Amino acid sequence: MTAVEETRHRPRLWRDVRVLRAVIQVLAGAAVLIILYVLWFNLTNNLRAAGLPTGFDFLTQPLGVDIPGSDISPSAPIWRGLLNAVKNTLALVVVGIPLLTLIGVLVGVARLSTNWLVAKAAGLYVEIIRNIPPLLIIFFVFNAVVLRFPVLQESLNISDLVIVNNRYLAMVGFTAQPNFGPFLAIIAVALLIAAGVWWWRTRRSEQTGEHHHRFLWALGVFSAISLIGFFALGGPIGLSRPILDGRALEGGYTGLAAYWAVLAALVLYTASHVAEIVRGSILAVPRGQSEAANAIALTSFQRLRYVVMPQAMRIAIPPIISQYLNFTKNTSLAIAIGYAEMTRITFQLIGNGQPAPQMIFLLMGGYLIFSLIISLIVNVVNRRMQLVTR
Amino acid sequence: MTVEAPVFEEAPPQVEPARGPMDWARKNLFNNWYNSLLTVALAALVVWVLVALVRGLLSAEYEIIRANLRLFMIGEFPADQLWRPWAATYCFAVIFGVVGGSIAAGARDRASEAGLPYVRTTLRQIVIRFWPILALIAVILSFTSTVTPTLLTIGALVVGLGSYYLGRVLPRAVRRWTWLIAVVLIAASYISLAGFGGVGWQGWGGLQLNLFLTFAGLLVAFPFGLLLAMGRRSSLPVIRTISVGYIELVRGVPLITVLIAGAFAIGFIIPRDVRPGFVTRMLIAIIAFEAAYIAEVVRGGLQAVPRGQVEAAQAVGLAPWKTMRLIVLPQALRATIPAMVGQFISLFKDTTLVAVLGITELLEATFVVNSQTAYLGKGLFVVTLSFAALIFWVGCYTMSRESRRLERKLGVGER
Repeated sequence: MTAVEETRHRPRLWRDVRVLRAVIQVLAGAAVLIILYVLWFNLTNNLRAAGLPTGFDFLTQPLGVDIPGSDISPSAPIWRGLLNAVKNTLALVVVGIPLLTLIGVLVGVARLSTNWLVAKAAGLYVEIIRNIPPLLIIFFVFNAVVLRFPVLQESLNISDLVIVNNRYLAMVGFTAQPNFGPFLAIIAVALLIAAGVWWWRTRRSEQTGEHHHRFLWALGVFSAISLIGFFALGGPIGLSRPILDGRALEGGYTGLAAYWAVLAALVLYTASHVAEIVRGSILAVPRGQSEAANAIALTSFQRLRYVVMPQAMRIAIPPIISQYLNFTKNTSLAIAIGYAEMTRITFQLIGNGQPAPQMIFLLMGGYLIFSLIISLIVNVVNRRMQLVTR
Repeated sequence: MTVEAPVFEEAPPQVEPARGPMDWARKNLFNNWYNSLLTVALAALVVWVLVALVRGLLSAEYEIIRANLRLFMIGEFPADQLWRPWAATYCFAVIFGVVGGSIAAGARDRASEAGLPYVRTTLRQIVIRFWPILALIAVILSFTSTVTPTLLTIGALVVGLGSYYLGRVLPRAVRRWTWLIAVVLIAASYISLAGFGGVGWQGWGGLQLNLFLTFAGLLVAFPFGLLLAMGRRSSLPVIRTISVGYIELVRGVPLITVLIAGAFAIGFIIPRDVRPGFVTRMLIAIIAFEAAYIAEVVRGGLQAVPRGQVEAAQAVGLAPWKTMRLIVLPQALRATIPAMVGQFISLFKDTTLVAVLGITELLEATFVVNSQTAYLGKGLFVVTLSFAALIFWVGCYTMSRESRRLERKLGVGER
């Protein structure tokens, strides 16, 4: 009896785990809230004392700075300048990610090549670039390479296809001609039909056992329809050559030299990390898998395509996507050479007397949204790639 | 019935292993048509790059580095106070020596207690492991104009080596206090730099500042990172939410935005009579940033400790705090060493970002010198940037090799 009673006896209050847990959490929560309140209190007081706005109304004020490479005038509202900066950051991310993936995967596979020279050269590239600060690489590409290009008046012109000088780099591009809209519709229809052909070949292969060749079939159908459409509409896409017109470049794809410098430097830097990931993932596939593929007489291409790569990619994709995130965050280094992306504009506007706390809040919020989108993608990919085990 | 004896065919003759350079080249460079094509194209590229590199190295003007070597190394430290950085260098030579030596001695003792053979590190192995740093020191010294720095450097290496052997022969009772020796010497090095009319870290620059920001940033951020990591794995929802919120917020933004916040926004959220210097604000920003990354590194280590360890500790009646301190953390922190070295490398590279805010660390110094009247408009960025790149590369490459070595050692050898 007494033994049972003793075990039921409640511990003293300050030794009761439930009480302790509650007390610790309340204290921690209160401490954080108090700290946040004090900081907020200081912030509003200091902003008022400095005569700065405490809200976000200042976003409609005139910009007051010139943005190179855009047609936004200094009298446009600040929010337009910020939107343009987001666009410039995205221009780096959208072009950079496919490029760095391509280079990274190629170099990563090359490091495992049986060709001694290829493997060593790829290794040299990775080991050199990976261990140098990205900001230094940006400076190097910009100050030691791009700024040494000829000045605008003496631009290097390669038969009107590419024009290079130390402020712009322009390439031949495409422009929409009349009937471009209908042509886009035809492309969309061609894609749908190709998807249908893909599905049909897959089903037929499942039913009869003959080889599906679904990729070739779909590609053939797609190209045939689009080519017929292209000629039927009288060439809805034309070439646009860059033209050097006095002090400006027109036509084609024209980008600021600073843009190309940041892009090249960051793509080279991030690709070296991706290459390491790809190499590690291929090596992580057990040797027995390759040996088994050899044993059933797969060709070396089939071995890579159907046995090694699918398993390596499952390991490689999550860290590669986190490299995409690093790339996105590193685009902020473009501030150092004056490319007008998000961080650069924020820095300029703060220097121009806009309230720093709000500007930095917006800047960090912008990057956080990018990060959230990318980590959402990681989660979705992880869930889809997860091995279904017992 | 007789069983017919199996007939063994004669074993096929062994394929001759590759002999001679021609055979090797055929196997590794020209084994089919596209490899041959690749080899030729790549060889042409490599030769072209090498020729350009050698011609550049031979024709470059090194005067800009020779004249500004002090700026690159220690920034605008007063010239008549040069003994101070040297004294600090000697302090660190002793710290690295003694700590390294006593770690080696600890490993030796543990091996002999467990009855395992202990392979001691020879001087030759150390040279092989750290040759890039030794080569870098030689390159830097080749830019000095007097013989004093060379002698002082050799002296520092000798002192470091002596301290290493001292650390090895220290009796066990003293060895337990090695950390205290290190702390005292770190304080001594700071006093020798800043005390009695010296220059505090607000006035530091060059490589010295990069190293200071890296070491100080990691050391101070570590306890915060540890707390955040434990908070993230805590069973208390409020604590967990706070930790996860902080870690994910910080990891979602680039370091440069945190540095900008340190430069322009910290002044708004602290009381107005507290005015930390610019370098201090950069350091605060770096610490706030690194704590989140260290938290993730430590979390990896905590997750590597098998659940059975905690359960066993609970079974013998250890209190939660003691379970953490005596059972979980020693194992978890050991597993994080390679990742911590990785974090060190990335922070070392990231300290260049304070250049954007106009602090004369190594990278900014390579810029500043190009606007000196003697070199203005000469386009010597290639020379100065390559010099900075060499320094960062040597540091990061050596550390990443060490981290891989540690990973192998901790992963295979002792578990």
